[in-house]
Amino acid sequence: MGKYIVKRILLMFLTLFIIMTMCFILIKMLPLPAIREMGRDVNLILAKREQMGYNKPLLVQYFLFLKSVVMYWDWGVGEQMYEALNVWDVLIQKLPYTITVNLYSILIAIPLGLGFGIYAALKKNRWQDHAISTIVVVFISVPSYVYAFIVQYLFCYKLGWFPLTLESLDTAAFFSSRMIRSMMPAIMSLGFGVVAGLTRYTRAELSEVLTSEFMLLARTKGLTKAQATYRHALRNAMVVILPMIIGEFIGILGGSLIIEKIFAIPGVGSLYIYAINVRDYNFFMALTVFYTFIGLASGIVIDISYGIIDPRIRMGSRK
Amino acid sequence: MSNDMNLPVFPREKFAFANIDKRIHDAKFKTKPIGYFKDAWLRFRKNKSAVVAAVLIVLLALFALIVPFVSNYDVSFRDGYYKTVLPKNDFFATFGIWNGAKVQRETQAGYDYFRAIGVETGRDVVLDVKSQSVDRNGITYYSLLVDSYYKVGYTYVNLSETEYLQLQEYQNSTGIQLMYPLPETYRTNFVMGNMGANFWYVLEDPSATSDGQALLDENGDYIKNYITSDNKEQANYTSLRIAGDDGGEDGNTWYVYGQRNQSGYKARVDYYEYFKYKNNFEPTFLFGTNIYGQDIFTCLAAGARLSFLLAISVSLINFFIGALYGSIEGYYGGAIDITLERISDVLASVPFIVVATLFQMHMADKVGVLGSLLFAFVLTGWVGMAARVRMQFYRFKGQEYILAARTLGASDARLIFKHIFPNAIGTIITGSVLTIPGVIFTESILSYLNIIHLETSALTSIGTMLANGQGYLNTFPHIILFPALFISILMISFNLFGNGLRDAFNPSLRGADE
Repeated sequence: MGKYIVKRILLMFLTLFIIMTMCFILIKMLPLPAIREMGRDVNLILAKREQMGYNKPLLVQYFLFLKSVVMYWDWGVGEQMYEALNVWDVLIQKLPYTITVNLYSILIAIPLGLGFGIYAALKKNRWQDHAISTIVVVFISVPSYVYAFIVQYLFCYKLGWFPLTLESLDTAAFFSSRMIRSMMPAIMSLGFGVVAGLTRYTRAELSEVLTSEFMLLARTKGLTKAQATYRHALRNAMVVILPMIIGEFIGILGGSLIIEKIFAIPGVGSLYIYAINVRDYNFFMALTVFYTFIGLASGIVIDISYGIIDPRIRMGSRK
Repeated sequence: MSNDMNLPVFPREKFAFANIDKRIHDAKFKTKPIGYFKDAWLRFRKNKSAVVAAVLIVLLALFALIVPFVSNYDVSFRDGYYKTVLPKNDFFATFGIWNGAKVQRETQAGYDYFRAIGVETGRDVVLDVKSQSVDRNGITYYSLLVDSYYKVGYTYVNLSETEYLQLQEYQNSTGIQLMYPLPETYRTNFVMGNMGANFWYVLEDPSATSDGQALLDENGDYIKNYITSDNKEQANYTSLRIAGDDGGEDGNTWYVYGQRNQSGYKARVDYYEYFKYKNNFEPTFLFGTNIYGQDIFTCLAAGARLSFLLAISVSLINFFIGALYGSIEGYYGGAIDITLERISDVLASVPFIVVATLFQMHMADKVGVLGSLLFAFVLTGWVGMAARVRMQFYRFKGQEYILAARTLGASDARLIFKHIFPNAIGTIITGSVLTIPGVIFTESILSYLNIIHLETSALTSIGTMLANGQGYLNTFPHIILFPALFISILMISFNLFGNGLRDAFNPSLRGADE
């Protein structure tokens, strides 16, 4: 187990390194952003760029970049936006918004998804199951931004339950009820898809387990249906469902670009869009590594959690 | 059974060869053979929801394909006056639905304004007065059902001499009046834009800046406020005149229809008729228009066509690359497999959004926005397809019939393409089809986020349309409604269709997800 985990993590860092190298070179090959001359001394900026090594050969630049990242955890400073602010500090400052919104949506979505999924599996092939399955197909297919529009139109404009955009930290504390209320539209828009996905997954897994032979044995030895379902079926189904939920939790770091844009959440996604639009390459580079890392990490955590939850599963056999 | 039974003895001559002249064969099947695809089709047909979904997809694709050719409008069409008009269909409008009208709250001044347009053009702007209320300050408010097309009313246009004469010619030949007398202009600080052309009546208090109630005569009619002249041929106008323009009581005061200025003439036209004159068709927008005055119906079809085109190209290219790559991986296995698998692992780990952004920044100037987007989709898109093909190869390559074929001397290529690959065709087709909604969805997100800029004068995409409408979600939800509805139906249909395909090709997987 330990050896396997170490191997996977080393492999992950190798992949990350390769992707980082490719992206660094591709980003550095882009033309440098134009200098906004208003109120600035162009020569000073050019000198600063020279000092930061912008005119050195690519590989030298990459070596300098790696050195500063590995030794000082310094991802450079913003050039176009958040000028002269440390990229990593800004990123850390944006993270709570993304995490909070996604965390809430998942925390609400998990019980709902599991509940609907279990109910549908227990009522398999009856009208309740068909109704839930039909709704799930619709909800899983419709893009999340469409929910966002519906939620915004209905709850923000027509009913006026929630404010249109996020409260700023100046007017509301982070975990105050006002802040949470202003996050509700985004939480809801994100939640629909997760609920539907989880329902479908739970239903499929549980209904498969429910038909297996040990369930028959459990009933034969005298357990009631509820007991058998809870003690045997659900636990076995969870072996597959739980890693998926864990994967969702890692994924919340990345957040949803489009939901953050629609509801003006100043999270990581907004930072990325902004970095691209104003062409701030230091931010672009750092966020690229960030997103890649999240993707790789969630894959590993899912694989490892399979092994921890159910040691019978051979390492790496599930992918 | 015993041997000492007394069997009758048959003489040899009594025997004759039964089939000596016939060729003996197995009887031919009377039924037609059921091949792999026929078998899949039979199963697919039973899945009602998948069939409905397939029909819907075909309809949406036809919509995307045909509409840009037959529509009166195109993407580059923009009308400055019919901005954000509501969806209207001439047929349904007679039943009071889909009629391009919306209830809006107006004061007496607003009511007078709309009614005046109706009185002069003969087309009622206010279709219905829903209710009337007085607030606590004593101001009366009306809930009016206002036609968003007719409420544009009049506008001033600057015409060159020839255009001006052509317009009169058109009026004379058709008998339709476009040009109306110019009213006295006043309170220009209050009257905005083209609305100035609609104040042809005397106001109760001309000096007020906020309340523009009409002054009515004893019959309750508007009092005309046109510029008059004692010269009937004033400004070279020899065409239709409105009723009541008969020289006035002194027989000598005529209304003025055109004013000379630097470019030619300034005239006041009924915009609805003027639109027909310019474009040769009635202004009717099935899905309404957006804030630039583009026809949403046509734009949606054009955007969808672009999306379909992109998605199908991506799907085809990924199919070829993925099938080839996966075959090589799966067939040869060993070191080749591990190496290739590492490469595709790395490629698959790059977040797509980063790939799209980088391609956009590097290549959009050289190969165009669509080209770079296509490259971005292809760069990592084939990985999933390759994985699927590879898995199928691992399943089949060890089976006895492959061994038999190899023993008979079949080459690698023959084994791959003739013997193993056909087994994977079902999975591959399902995967290829399901690529299409994925690409359309991703493309709409990227263009919504403005990471790719698909908006030019003759190009649009669903994501761009959504982004354009977002700021007007409250006031003009129809701008977003139709693109959102389109993409939702498309996604649902593709999901159902994909499930049906998978079940049809792979009955053993029925009911399982993924």
